[in-house]
Amino acid sequence: MEFAELIKTPRVDGVVLHRPFMPTVEGTLCLTGHHLILSSRQDTTEELWLLHANIDSTEKRFVGSLGTIIVKCKDLRVIQLDIPGMEECLNIASSIEALSTLDSVSLMYPFFYRPLFEVIEDGWQSFVPEESFKDLESMTDEWRLSEVNKDFSLCPSYPSLLTVPKDIDDESLCKAASFRHGGRFPVLSYYHKKNAMVMMRAAQPLTGTNGRRCKEDEKLINATLCAGKRGYIIDTRTIAVAQQAKARGGGFEQEANYPQWRRIHKAIERSNVLQDSLIKLVEACNDQSHSMDRWLSKLEASNWQSNVKEILTTACLAAQCIDREGASVLVHGTEGTDSTLQVTSLAQIILDPACRTIRGFEALIEREWLQAGHPFQQRCAQSAYSNGKPRSEAPVFLLFLDCVWQILRQFPCSFQFNENLLIMLFEHAYASQFGTFLGNCVAERGKLQLSQKTVSLWSWVNRPQELERFLNPLYEPNNLVIWPSVAPQSLLLWEGVFLRWNRSTKCLDEAYQEMVHIIEYNKELQNKVNSLRRQLAQLETEDSPLQTP
Amino acid sequence: MEHIRMPKVENVRLVDRSSSRRIKVGTLYLTATHTIFVGKGSEDRCELWVLHSLVCNVVKHKASQSGYPLLIHCKNFQVMQFIISQESDCHNVYISLSRLSRPEKYEELYCFSFNPNVDKAEREHSWDFLDLKAEYSRMGLPNKLWHVTPINREYRVCDTYPADLFVPQSVTLPVIIGSSKFRSRGRFPTLSYYCKENHATICRSSQPLSGFSARCLEDEQMLQAIMKSNPGSRFMYVVDTRPKLNAMANRAAGKGYENEDNYCNIKFQFIGIENIHVMRNSQQKLIEVSALRSPSMGEFLMGLENSDWLRHIKSIMEAGIFISKAVAEEGVNVLVHCSDGWDRTAQVCSVASVLLDPYYRTLKGLMVLIEKDWVSFGHKFSHRCGHLDGEAKEVSPVIDQFLDCLWQLMEQFPCYFEYNEKFLINIHNHIYSCHYGNFICNSQKERKDLCIKEKTHSIWPHLWENKLDFMNPLFKPDQSQNQGLLRPRTAPYCFKYWRRLYNRFDRELHPRQSELDCLMTVKEETQQLEEDLALCEQKLAVLDKERAKTLYMQKGVLESKQALWSLPLDTSLANTPQDYIGGFIGGAPNLCLFGDKPKSSDADNSDQESGVADFSSHSSGEESLPSEDSVKDPDSDETGPNRA
Repeated sequence: MEFAELIKTPRVDGVVLHRPFMPTVEGTLCLTGHHLILSSRQDTTEELWLLHANIDSTEKRFVGSLGTIIVKCKDLRVIQLDIPGMEECLNIASSIEALSTLDSVSLMYPFFYRPLFEVIEDGWQSFVPEESFKDLESMTDEWRLSEVNKDFSLCPSYPSLLTVPKDIDDESLCKAASFRHGGRFPVLSYYHKKNAMVMMRAAQPLTGTNGRRCKEDEKLINATLCAGKRGYIIDTRTIAVAQQAKARGGGFEQEANYPQWRRIHKAIERSNVLQDSLIKLVEACNDQSHSMDRWLSKLEASNWQSNVKEILTTACLAAQCIDREGASVLVHGTEGTDSTLQVTSLAQIILDPACRTIRGFEALIEREWLQAGHPFQQRCAQSAYSNGKPRSEAPVFLLFLDCVWQILRQFPCSFQFNENLLIMLFEHAYASQFGTFLGNCVAERGKLQLSQKTVSLWSWVNRPQELERFLNPLYEPNNLVIWPSVAPQSLLLWEGVFLRWNRSTKCLDEAYQEMVHIIEYNKELQNKVNSLRRQLAQLETEDSPLQTP
Repeated sequence: MEHIRMPKVENVRLVDRSSSRRIKVGTLYLTATHTIFVGKGSEDRCELWVLHSLVCNVVKHKASQSGYPLLIHCKNFQVMQFIISQESDCHNVYISLSRLSRPEKYEELYCFSFNPNVDKAEREHSWDFLDLKAEYSRMGLPNKLWHVTPINREYRVCDTYPADLFVPQSVTLPVIIGSSKFRSRGRFPTLSYYCKENHATICRSSQPLSGFSARCLEDEQMLQAIMKSNPGSRFMYVVDTRPKLNAMANRAAGKGYENEDNYCNIKFQFIGIENIHVMRNSQQKLIEVSALRSPSMGEFLMGLENSDWLRHIKSIMEAGIFISKAVAEEGVNVLVHCSDGWDRTAQVCSVASVLLDPYYRTLKGLMVLIEKDWVSFGHKFSHRCGHLDGEAKEVSPVIDQFLDCLWQLMEQFPCYFEYNEKFLINIHNHIYSCHYGNFICNSQKERKDLCIKEKTHSIWPHLWENKLDFMNPLFKPDQSQNQGLLRPRTAPYCFKYWRRLYNRFDRELHPRQSELDCLMTVKEETQQLEEDLALCEQKLAVLDKERAKTLYMQKGVLESKQALWSLPLDTSLANTPQDYIGGFIGGAPNLCLFGDKPKSSDADNSDQESGVADFSSHSSGEESLPSEDSVKDPDSDETGPNRA
């Protein structure tokens, strides 16, 4: 298909762009296969380049022959384009509509994007499972890397290599897989070096209404317990929801069959509820009324902060079981691709200082989200302004990022990265020139040949020039487990994302710059003093032989 | 002393509010000035000192298995729960504390017995620390437009006003007297702030006694003179900070507001800030919300909304913005009043001044502003803060709201304030503590009659001495934007819950690492480095001179130690998980499986550690250095680890 077919009017002059907190720009609007571009053709004003994939929805209005298109983006920005001429406006609107809702993944921009930078380190190769297994091997020999899912037939949403207990053979894995939703049998998520406890993740067991059991599944998870030790199963659903799942063939681990495990139910919402929550939150944030009551009640009614609290609490609980109780943990919800991953990845941030470095955080996202089969393509197809019926869109990953931000706010010196990295990941998960977040699982990405045909986000982020923007000046590595507060008073609205386009950040940016300056100046002085002291020492050692003839 | 029925109770348990399983056992002492709890044992030894004047109320709860609970709520939002094993002991402590925390006479207040080790001269000097005369001359007064009138020297015209008042040069004494007779409690229009650049002023007064139709020529002349004192403007604003309905209701009582027809060239404006009773109820609700034990997000947000607190803060802020814009942008004089002109008027004038004048965003400037707009102009601290046992209906968090507004501004303009939030919290604490004489009584006259300056100490030099703790490391005084008017945003989401104040003593709710403390430590270190650098350069210059020609390369050995602002982490707290379980195991105190005993090791230890940190933060070396009471309070205590 040619994009040209969809572009009825490739350019219009005299278009006026309105953005909050920025002067209006008048210029020429151009549509390309992947971008909406507005250029004033003056050197001084910046151009607007908007990926069609970033457009969540559009609205059009007419006053006489002047048309207005309101473009609502997945990154939550809202812009307004005034287009002279009714026909032009209609054409532009329908082209944007068509181009922003292309069905075929292979038509997405990442397949057309050629980097303007030299790829020094190929991000597609930066985080391979074999490497992380090597780290594990250096700590324990209880685990092995299984190729049982080599052709993705056992579990389509798992990667080809999986870390499983050494004593469990592939045949047992196959049986366990048939007992778990989507074939997602329990695999290793995290090994806690300090006390050799582990966190595993899976999908719900298919016990059904008649209480089916699977010896291999029981054996598999029991293999992770030391002799005489017991563990926790954290089911991210309420007991009621888990009960209901039985009717559809799902279910939960029966005490009788898993006597060494204690099951805890939490209440993380399912994806359609989360999507609704996001829509309501963004609506509240964009509400222009100036009433305090309305704002607080809308914020409350969105339930967003409650969702943050519940997810964070569950992650803390998992971490607490491992670190404080010295118990191993198995986490699952229904499919094991959403709330499960929120919990396992956040627990690692709490427990493992390595995940708080940039590199480690990227590895975590690669491991616990991309490899683990979070369906990014589906979940991020639409954002807060979608007006159609939601299919499987849900801000699961955004909630994870929000939780990370909450921990970062509470431990501002414990993370190598700053808020910018989290915001950038949010943007790229929804619309990007890079292929990293395309597809729903490893198998799909392989079919799409993303690693050959697109550039990895990590290839770009990890360039020193880019990294600088994401570094937290306050970072001082520490090896501690960090326990965040989950009290409502301690959890804040993530303004950097949700109020980003509704406020001027001048004063906050200034404060950030000042902070960077304070720390850099300190380091600079430190270096100067050190070098002077060295000089002095030289001079003094030089002196001493003279004084003692 | 006669009020202490029970000077000492043994085996009292102090319950940590964040988690009921953390309990300290110790002895409770009641002294003439403090309630003191001393934990038993060497490991969890802790001391907790609470001034009686800070106690807001004492409540006995229903007996539980473990004993008789006694809840103490403090005006600085600290809440303590003791469990006393004997009912009679509990009752005696309750009765004693109820009496001790409600003194009947000024002389019973702590500031009259507080006697730090300073001589008379030093104490008197402490009261000269701030000089309002100097402040008015900083503004450029007196000048040919405004001068001090001697009319209230003996507080005869208005006993709630200060002795020195600025009025337009052109106003004659009869006009002042006439105007004062036409105003509630004689509080005639007088100057609060003068803007040198454009001669615009903020004036303040109480409501006119206009009723439905009364008018007063002198009052009209007074306003006319104020309007004319600003050569550049042809009208002035009269801002009534009350809701219109309230103001209209006042007319029936012979009070009310200015009729635009009677006064030349005034523009009249209602602002709609609620009265002290509404504000008191609002804060009460807010405090209840802040004190909820593990509330859900919904409960918290709904509670916050229902308290209406942020709505009130927003309305005060908006009033301040209106006035500051009138002065700075329109160059127009503004007269502000409410009913009596000592609550809402004080709030609004001082918020406008902070927006207008960068000086009030400095440490000294804020002290001066509070001294001027609040203390000297007769904000009724004793009534509003409930220093003495009396009318509960007079109590209202009017000054809390002013401090809250400041905090909201600091959140929006992180680089434009010289002070940090600890400064505000400390001021708040001392307004209520009755530790110093500044905030005692309801007016300047009362303070003079009571010889406050002779008998008590002033807080300001004490805060000034500790100013390093109160500095905002991000402050950029030279910033050009900082010179002009602050224009805060007032969208509802710009107003936030001030956790550091209302949950001040719930340490587990605050970030475990503080950006502020971190930066303060770095800045301190930087200062040291600058000195080191100068020293090194000096030495080097000397050595260089001596040995310039015989320099040869050798590797140096001395290396200054690495920067150590690292680990501002409060290890014990960071390593202490909260209650994430939500009581999933039948309220079992520990997350312990299948009846296994929890391991004695780290988990428990660090719980205790944090407990110690918790309590010790409230204690202080009161006896030897009583003045440290609140400055060494939790806030500065939290910085401890950073400075290590």
